[in-house]
Amino acid sequence: MSAPHIPILRQGKPYISLDVQTVNQLGTDDPAAEISFACADMIKYDLHKMGDAREALKKFSCEELVDITKRAGEIFLNDDLSIGVKGDLQSPEDYVLSLAATSGLPHSLIRMNMQRLGGIFGQIDDIFQGLTRGLDWSVLDKGYGEQGGAPVSFSPTTDELAVILPSNSPAVNALWIPAIAMKVPVLLKPGREEPWTPWRIIQAFIKAGCPAEAFNLYPTQHDGSGAIIRRAGRVMLFGDDSTVKQYENDPRIEVHGTGYSKFVIGEDEIENWEQYVDSMVESVSANSGRSCICTSTIVVPKYGDEIAHAISKRLAEIKPLAQDDPAAKLSGFANPQFAEWINEAVEEGLQSDGSRDITSEYREGERFEERGGMNYLQPTIIRVDSFDEPLALREFLFPFASVVECPQADVLDHVGYSLVLTAVTKDVDWINQLFDCPEIERLNVGNVPTNRISWNQPHEGNLFEFLYTRRSFAFAESA
Amino acid sequence: MTSDEAKAQLDERVREMMTWHFSDETGCPFWLDWKKEAGWDPREEVKSYDDIVKFPHFQDEWLRDEKNERFVPNAYKGRPFNVFETGGTTGLPKQRVGWEDYKHDYEQFSEQLSDEFFPKGGNWIMVGPTGPRRLRLAVEHLANVRGGSCYHVDLDPRWVKKLIGRKELDQVERYQAHVMAQAVEIIKHRDISCIFTTPRLLASIGERISISDHGIKGCFCGGTSMTPEYVRFLQEEVLENKAQFVPTYGNTLMGLAVSIPEELPENNYSVTYYAPQPRAVLRIVDADKTEITKDYGEYGRVELTTLTHEFFMPRFLERDEAIRRKPHAKYAWDGVGDVRPFGALTKKVIEGVY
Repeated sequence: MSAPHIPILRQGKPYISLDVQTVNQLGTDDPAAEISFACADMIKYDLHKMGDAREALKKFSCEELVDITKRAGEIFLNDDLSIGVKGDLQSPEDYVLSLAATSGLPHSLIRMNMQRLGGIFGQIDDIFQGLTRGLDWSVLDKGYGEQGGAPVSFSPTTDELAVILPSNSPAVNALWIPAIAMKVPVLLKPGREEPWTPWRIIQAFIKAGCPAEAFNLYPTQHDGSGAIIRRAGRVMLFGDDSTVKQYENDPRIEVHGTGYSKFVIGEDEIENWEQYVDSMVESVSANSGRSCICTSTIVVPKYGDEIAHAISKRLAEIKPLAQDDPAAKLSGFANPQFAEWINEAVEEGLQSDGSRDITSEYREGERFEERGGMNYLQPTIIRVDSFDEPLALREFLFPFASVVECPQADVLDHVGYSLVLTAVTKDVDWINQLFDCPEIERLNVGNVPTNRISWNQPHEGNLFEFLYTRRSFAFAESA
Repeated sequence: MTSDEAKAQLDERVREMMTWHFSDETGCPFWLDWKKEAGWDPREEVKSYDDIVKFPHFQDEWLRDEKNERFVPNAYKGRPFNVFETGGTTGLPKQRVGWEDYKHDYEQFSEQLSDEFFPKGGNWIMVGPTGPRRLRLAVEHLANVRGGSCYHVDLDPRWVKKLIGRKELDQVERYQAHVMAQAVEIIKHRDISCIFTTPRLLASIGERISISDHGIKGCFCGGTSMTPEYVRFLQEEVLENKAQFVPTYGNTLMGLAVSIPEELPENNYSVTYYAPQPRAVLRIVDADKTEITKDYGEYGRVELTTLTHEFFMPRFLERDEAIRRKPHAKYAWDGVGDVRPFGALTKKVIEGVY
């Protein structure tokens, strides 16, 4: 199959732009895709018409949309789906190869993420129930009803959910999939190197019977993203701490920022630390360490050196391999400069006397490695003497974590915000303190890797509460 | 006119302008002093447009640092002049003096406009930078020449640039909304057939009302570079393919380079502009060796030479780059296509702010 042309989708209708950019297969001059780019003003115009897209979705009941979503999941995983504008079809394997070619992700990770996305589709009714706390779907169809014996009514906060997607993590598409069952159209801005996943999900939804009007895909430049962020009714985006800060007072915008997820062992369990090495290794390295739910700091009351060495030994086995090697677990960087910047930041942190790269004793080669024209950062465990060290609470886009010793009683004074915190302990008092801590978004008690989450409990924002607002209401008796 | 005839006309114009600007009776103090310092006489050495490379590049700072009176040709001595400004986000802006040039330029432009889309006797609205800019008088003159009157809504681009520089994008939107509200009110309540505005403002008006449904048949646009896709968007979606979109390229120092709007769709909305030769000439030059003209089809920096009795400006390097295009049956000289900010692919340029 030649490089497909990915058009703009305007309420499901393909639009071929005169502004076409080519995305090459990484490390080559061979085109992987031609992509139509939308100008910012086109997006602004289209945003005015999103009410029509919502009307198209409203013709379906939530139950029907839930069924469509489930069918779409099977189709996403198994079917040949339309790709581009020339009638070509993309098999699931074609999808894996295309995404690998532009993103640098190993095939094994892409397949893992596919299954994860398939799980989102398949569990949509559980997710719906979890997000709405058991709301009867018909309440959204009628606009009002009962929940737990009390009258409830919900109205949408927006005609569209806009998502500014990154290039490095296909699984984040999981965040918007449930919006369709909630009758909210989506407006997606794909990452430059990753149009593949949103496109395939959209095609799966349409083939499953969802109205095409619900899907808007706008590859666009920076000004187009700006227009989406400023104009859309609800926006989800991904960024660092400065992005989170920038939009913290804007209720329209939900920023998925740095996770600072942590793996903590209590004083009652620390003597058993060797039993938890597998969990810590998974927490640090799952999805090539790129998720915000991956552990970036391990906190223990003692045995910090031993733990850092034990994890390092295991992580050093994760090496850059050919993308199609079934054992490949490490992602390359589509933008080589990114890998260089991250490596420089780690090296800068290591200038401090209280920080040591333990993995360097075990890994082959340097942290920054080039292989087959791709740039990699090999897993890295830093033993830090205290939370004051610059690398103690950092998070990077590769398997990276610090190990710090801290008395259990002081842990909550130091760990700060944690998207996920796993606490291996049976100490009920401490567990209660952890449950009381508002800076922990998701708490795993016991030996649960931080990357294992349940979709029926939102770990970062509640999509239903983002897209709907509750109102009070009454009908006069005569009504 | 053939290309050879156009070249002969231009060469004749060059000789005439050398005589005018470098003779004591007609030239201005600035160029007469320049001739003394340079130690050569352009009247003797510049006999055709090809010889224009003997001049150094005109520096637009001269228009800020020199007093305006030094640019008044001796032939116009004692005649009050218009002062037109360009740039000037901070500090003293660059200024150009003038008398009748803007009228000539816009009368010439008027002859290129279609009576179907820019009906004679129809009223105009100008939405964009007015104040000390040449456009303010020029567009009104254009409307008058075509038998109509002109309404104005002002926008201060210097303020917008400052806001963008400070990343106060919310303020930019609010200011734009303020300007738009005024424009929309006038368009809704007055009989207006034609509009001059900038691309962004046109799109912004179209977001609020159907421009063509409110009687506007023709839109003359200028001010910033436009990609072919953006031109297509303006023609097909903002103007709904009902009103004609006429892109132009120009500034206070040149006048107006025109395009051929009827041919935009067949050219995939790639706009080619033709300078108002022989009053002004555009050349696409190698950015590093500016004496070299780029080949047809190649991008290069835009060099402008203005050759009027009021103003002589040789080889001014615009802050734009463009593709050198071949002469057209309608305009028998080189065109400049797909204009974009110089270095647009390598650096961030604050452009197209309004």
